[in-house]
Amino acid sequence: MEFSQIAAIAGKEFWDRIRNRWVLAVALVFTAFALSIAYFGAAQQGTVGFRSIEVTIASLVSLVIYLIPLIALVLGFDAIVGERERGSLDLLLSMPITRVELLLGKYLGLAGALTFSTVAGFGLVGIVLSAQLDLNALFHYFGFMLSSVLLGCAFLSLAVMLSVFAADRTRASGLAIAMWFFFVLIFDLLLLGVLVVSAGQWGGETLPYLLLLNPADVFRILNIFSLEDVRTLYGLATVFPPALARPWLLGLVMAGWIVVPLAIAAWRFRLGANRA
Amino acid sequence: MADTSPAPNEAARTVIVARGVRKHYGSIHAVDGVDLDVREGELFGLIGHNGAGKSTLFKMMLGLIPLSAGEIRIDGAPVGGAGGDFRAVRRKIGYLPENVVLYDNLTGLETLQFFARLKGVPPQGNAALLERVGLAHAARRRVREYSKGMRQRLGFAQALLGTPRILFLDEPTTGLDPEAIRGFYAILRQLKGEGVTMVITSHILAEIQERVDRLAIMAAGKVQATGTVQALREQMDLPLWFSVRVAAEDFEAVRAALGSLPVGAIEAREDHVAVQCPREAKMAVIAALAALGGKVRDLSVREPSLEDVFFGFSD
Repeated sequence: MEFSQIAAIAGKEFWDRIRNRWVLAVALVFTAFALSIAYFGAAQQGTVGFRSIEVTIASLVSLVIYLIPLIALVLGFDAIVGERERGSLDLLLSMPITRVELLLGKYLGLAGALTFSTVAGFGLVGIVLSAQLDLNALFHYFGFMLSSVLLGCAFLSLAVMLSVFAADRTRASGLAIAMWFFFVLIFDLLLLGVLVVSAGQWGGETLPYLLLLNPADVFRILNIFSLEDVRTLYGLATVFPPALARPWLLGLVMAGWIVVPLAIAAWRFRLGANRA
Repeated sequence: MADTSPAPNEAARTVIVARGVRKHYGSIHAVDGVDLDVREGELFGLIGHNGAGKSTLFKMMLGLIPLSAGEIRIDGAPVGGAGGDFRAVRRKIGYLPENVVLYDNLTGLETLQFFARLKGVPPQGNAALLERVGLAHAARRRVREYSKGMRQRLGFAQALLGTPRILFLDEPTTGLDPEAIRGFYAILRQLKGEGVTMVITSHILAEIQERVDRLAIMAAGKVQATGTVQALREQMDLPLWFSVRVAAEDFEAVRAALGSLPVGAIEAREDHVAVQCPREAKMAVIAALAALGGKVRDLSVREPSLEDVFFGFSD
């Protein structure tokens, strides 16, 4: 593994996203949403202005959980299949670079772009809010940002994986949308359905652990369990096993969601070299 | 299959060796047992119909796709292996794919910078390289604005990064105008002078026949013949055509002079007589015509073209 080769690919992917203003656009979207949620989130209740960091984060979480997976999937779905379909993959692979280096370079470059927009977008809001936050609240906000970055990296990893498997760009985009629907919309309903249909007989104990099978849920738990107020607000404290309330453990699960799809992608991409 | 070439530099080192190379996709035999030797400093042509297996063979020589059977060695090292040699071999190779696709959002110079980085080549020479392929004026324009010919030149510049010892050029003159084609082959001649080995495919046979040292004709996944253009002509034993310019009243004299020789058709055309004859009768025909003295005003011999040879081998 040569780092310089990975860096060459990653650098190109990252600067491509800077130059076509993708990073800027996404950062602005995050800033706009975060600011409006922080200041106008309670307008329905008749109050305008910043309330508490806990409520703000809870609202941001329910927004980000839709937005970031979508952005990450759109960003990564054609990483490999796009090069293949355009016809530029052969030239890349004729260079002194291995397939794994190419894949890692692609991933790291795109992850860098996504991380940069996330940190810039939410960071800006953090700075604006910092006057009204104490250290503890800032810590929570930082945790939210970090977990958002991890969420993005996890879905980007899934996107890059399907970009290796998909036969063409059209199918890759279809798979990306399907993946978003599954993890963001269907998965929780499915679990709920199991719970309801079995009248709580099946999976009552294990159900919370099943949430770890969805990076979006891991993200939700990470943020909600770090906030005492929110935990009581949602009435979750009694339902959840304390084992799941450990941020480092959830962080580890999230890391798994980044590493495993990428490893599968690398395996499949290398297999292509031996079979294609 | 026989290599009939008394090649110009027989003693040169063999740089590319293919032995028993096969590539099967299910029941389709894209490449079906190819042996090939390309010598150092040689401009080697690979010709064949679409689907003859050229591109597949090309990609296998580059290590882009694995072989179903056989072996290919570049400069003594196997291609495609993941070993330590793999990078060293790749750094010696320049590749211009057919219909090269580059990145629209990069400028010409940035394109070279990107590939130079991957090849581990310092970027200082990039501007000179663009100059060499005639793109200095467009160095800072985006590839999006490039014409087909300009993209092809940029692709060629990319292949020349890091002074490769072996060049693989797949249909390199596609999209180039006649002047650019001349410029392109002028660069190839310079590279040949520097001892660079080149493998080139082209479907424009007239273009390639004047320029390659040796070539291989591929059909149905096999190499049907290898050698110099002249050697292949002789091997194919295609007839030559004489065009004899004489006055109309001397047509019969020509017919009479050649009557006893083993020639093919003798046809009177508007201002000349066209004579088809087998290669072994060539000198006898010339002697017979010379005996006619001043009656023959002009004489030209047309050798079978590479196209004739090609169709002879591939049909």
